[in-house]
Amino acid sequence: MNIVVCIKQVPDTDDIKIDPETNTLIREGVESIINPYDLHALETALSLKDRLGGTVTVISMGPGQVKKSLKKTIALGADHTVLLSDRSFAGADTLATSYTLACGIKELPESDLIICGKQAIDGDTAQVGPGIAEHLQIPHITYVKEIMEANEHQLTVKRETETGYDVIKMELPGVITTLMEINEPRLPSIRGILRSRKTEIPVWGIDDITIQKEFIGLDGSPTQVVKVDTPDLQAEGEIYEGEPENQVEQLIKELNDRQIL
Amino acid sequence: MNLEISDKCTGCKKCIPVCPFGALEMKEGRAEVNERCTYCGACVDVCPVEAITLHKTSAENKDLSSYENVWVYGELTEGELAPVVYELIGEGRKLADSLEEKLCVALLGCGVEDKAEKLIDYGVDTVYTVDHSRLERYNDEYYTESFTQLIQSHKPSIILLGATTIGRSLGPRTSARLKTGLTADCTSLKIDKDKQNLLQVRPAFSGNIMATIVCENHRPQMATVRPGVMERAAPREDARGEIIDFEPDFSHLKVHTTLLDSQKEQKSEVNLGEAEIIVSGGRGVGSEEDFSLIRELAEVLGGAVGASRAAVDKGWISEDHQVGQTGTTVSPRVYIACGISGAVQHLVGMENSDIIIAINSDPQAPIFQHATYGLVGDLFEIIPLLIEQLGQKESSSGANTEQQEKTG
Repeated sequence: MNIVVCIKQVPDTDDIKIDPETNTLIREGVESIINPYDLHALETALSLKDRLGGTVTVISMGPGQVKKSLKKTIALGADHTVLLSDRSFAGADTLATSYTLACGIKELPESDLIICGKQAIDGDTAQVGPGIAEHLQIPHITYVKEIMEANEHQLTVKRETETGYDVIKMELPGVITTLMEINEPRLPSIRGILRSRKTEIPVWGIDDITIQKEFIGLDGSPTQVVKVDTPDLQAEGEIYEGEPENQVEQLIKELNDRQIL
Repeated sequence: MNLEISDKCTGCKKCIPVCPFGALEMKEGRAEVNERCTYCGACVDVCPVEAITLHKTSAENKDLSSYENVWVYGELTEGELAPVVYELIGEGRKLADSLEEKLCVALLGCGVEDKAEKLIDYGVDTVYTVDHSRLERYNDEYYTESFTQLIQSHKPSIILLGATTIGRSLGPRTSARLKTGLTADCTSLKIDKDKQNLLQVRPAFSGNIMATIVCENHRPQMATVRPGVMERAAPREDARGEIIDFEPDFSHLKVHTTLLDSQKEQKSEVNLGEAEIIVSGGRGVGSEEDFSLIRELAEVLGGAVGASRAAVDKGWISEDHQVGQTGTTVSPRVYIACGISGAVQHLVGMENSDIIIAINSDPQAPIFQHATYGLVGDLFEIIPLLIEQLGQKESSSGANTEQQEKTG
């Protein structure tokens, strides 16, 4: 089975802080990581390959620094990688991103299954997976928490719902998006790490793929950010400091006085 | 599209920290843009000498005037209207009134007439029904096809969907087919009176900033909203709507997915949405084992256990405890945030709590700006003290009740 995994490089969200003086983002020392959901998507692909054979190709779109993340996927066991990177891809919303990724995927050898993480932790939209499926005119299943059966022609999965799960059978090719609970990602192997060091990550720009220029980047994005606001930070509450005992005492008194608890 | 920094730049560096992507650098005393730029425009407004300009390719002047009315997707769960539908009707009504247009619901399913009538009671002007045996259970392919056909035939200007499992699958699939925009998880929606565009506000850049997003040159403008964020509509006395049925055409549709089974699963006892008191732990809790402290405090108070995304991402506690934009939106009487710094994405999920108590060792943590009461210090010292004091209080007040009962 030939599997394509889509990954996104995201800032390690925990590290982002707002400077209380200037009310702006502090970017120094913010690490870039592979979106955590995508590691589970990659693990899903690698374990399907372990069982059924075939190849795992990892694709991403973003600036040159994403090569570092793609190298990590090779260390984890991916066979091939490709980075879609071009100034004209920048500023893409989810529609333009899914279109660009779909165009990149079309350039790869025929794929049976495309796996994305449920969503990226920096945007939380969960829109790119279904978008890719639509652009490729193939079916999709979101929120996959278990693969029950798989072969080269079809897949049966559990899809999480608000009240439980659905069991859905899909004829391939198709797209699935995976939850974190689907598996536990493996660690990189020594062989993988050595291979990743030697591997040059191929980078495809706008002239390397067949793509309609009016649907990419910011100009190809129906939605645009018109305003960004850092949240209005106005302290109104009572902040206690000092010895923990005193603080707790003051709080309990206040809660009692106001009959809160 | 191009971002240009002219030689008016004085090298004041004001733009550098404003860039959410770190795309601006100082070179030879002037700001320079690098490949990380996504043209968000954050730097343009902050430049005191107007040296930064964003050249947008001239907008296509498509005729969008034939699109009108505000639609809500009438999601059904197990044959009943999902609670979020009533919330979207509440919000949709305000948007429709502001535009002086109709509020409509798209209701897809099998045997939906009684639900359509119920929607009319809530002041919906038009319910478009697609009533078909193929739509008895949710299927992405049949639903996307019929929803798209319905949209193309009646041309709404705005479509709101719940950010549910179904909404987050049907929404992006449909918007991609229509080649229009979809903004996920909006926390506020307004109409820009000048241009009649929908202003969609959502947390962005890992939830640290609120972004206003528009879909100016495409219709419909589609948005999802998480359950629990908007105010629920109330039934109206003067309700007088109509029901219009739509016949979908599946003759060209090839379907590749089949629903084999649907199971209910006990999701654990987490019921954050209805809890009166919630005790949440974040990154500062430090480990899975130490979460027992959070649980203990919650138990003493008879409350539920919540968590920030940091704690969930680290695997200290399961996803169903997560409070925030990605998790559950809560509004308890008392919310106690322990070791949670307060990223916007968390704040939007709990800021409507009546009383917010924050415990954090970092006095600069944004959570304190939202706290009714803030305790600055080590949560491992503070929480045991709270457990001790509140535990006593609970047992003593328990004794009081008992006494009263005896005397009474």
